Amino acid sequence: MKQFAALLRKDNQPVRYLVVDDSVFARKNLIKMIEMFGGEVAGEAGDGLTAIAEYNRSKPDIVLMDITMPQMEGIEAVERIVRQHADARIVMVSSVGYQENILAALQKGAKHFVQKPVKPEVLYEILRYVLSDDPAAAGAPVALAGEHRS
Amino acid sequence: MRMELIQPFINAADAVFAESLQGPTKIVDLEMDENTYRRKGVAALITIKGDIEGRVILDLSPEVAVKVASQLAGVEMEASEQVVRETVCELANMVIGNSVTLLNDKGFHFKVSPPEVHMNEAGLAGSADTEALVICIETSCGDIFLNIAMRYLHRRRQERNAVPALD
Repeated sequence: MKQFAALLRKDNQPVRYLVVDDSVFARKNLIKMIEMFGGEVAGEAGDGLTAIAEYNRSKPDIVLMDITMPQMEGIEAVERIVRQHADARIVMVSSVGYQENILAALQKGAKHFVQKPVKPEVLYEILRYVLSDDPAAAGAPVALAGEHRS
Repeated sequence: MRMELIQPFINAADAVFAESLQGPTKIVDLEMDENTYRRKGVAALITIKGDIEGRVILDLSPEVAVKVASQLAGVEMEASEQVVRETVCELANMVIGNSVTLLNDKGFHFKVSPPEVHMNEAGLAGSADTEALVICIETSCGDIFLNIAMRYLHRRRQERNAVPALD
């Protein structure tokens, strides 16, 4: 299995992720990747409404957000989260990757988009990019995941 | 049979199965079908309505579904009806999502229904006046079947035919 340099916050702590997807498998798969990147799961949600509540509760560094979900879709959840937390960093994760969808998500405040099935190396690069823009969580890789974290 | 409408589904299925199941895939059987579809196992039916219309059925045995679930989750999964249902839906969503992306980028606009899971013994009706392509794809977890029936919306077809050919 490929190893990744850990993505850490500026304070050298693991990046905390909120994983939002109505599919249990998709969440498990993303969590597996988060652990490969040296991150921590701050919370999980299976729909947009729960995602908003979980965001307010856990204040994650990054949200990985599906688009098509019951009760409230991902794009609406992005809009609501960003309205309350302008600094929220949300990456859309969806199998539906056509331009209209991507543009709608970006216009509502998402930072990036990754198409399912997610390739770990693609998600890693996107997370690095999104974190590099974050003054609080620099995301500079300092060591292989799980190694030398102080 | 409109292969230009069907090919994106085949390409998407191939790419999704290879990537998510981490193994080679191969089309081992391909046939035309005009009759009511008889499931091989548990099936997810997705209906498409818009510029193009039709339906896609993704079908696999419960045993294969549990193997796929374990692969997707990265841990060994216990067999249960819920696991089988979620697996079929998740695979169908990924295949359809990727196909929709390819077709949408070609200018087709349409709506896709959420997957409808069929586990009982009844057959699934074919679309009126549309023959289906049934494909068996061999994956590292076992065989997965796709039944695809797609056509242009009649109004769109007439509009296409009305456009004079360019010299």
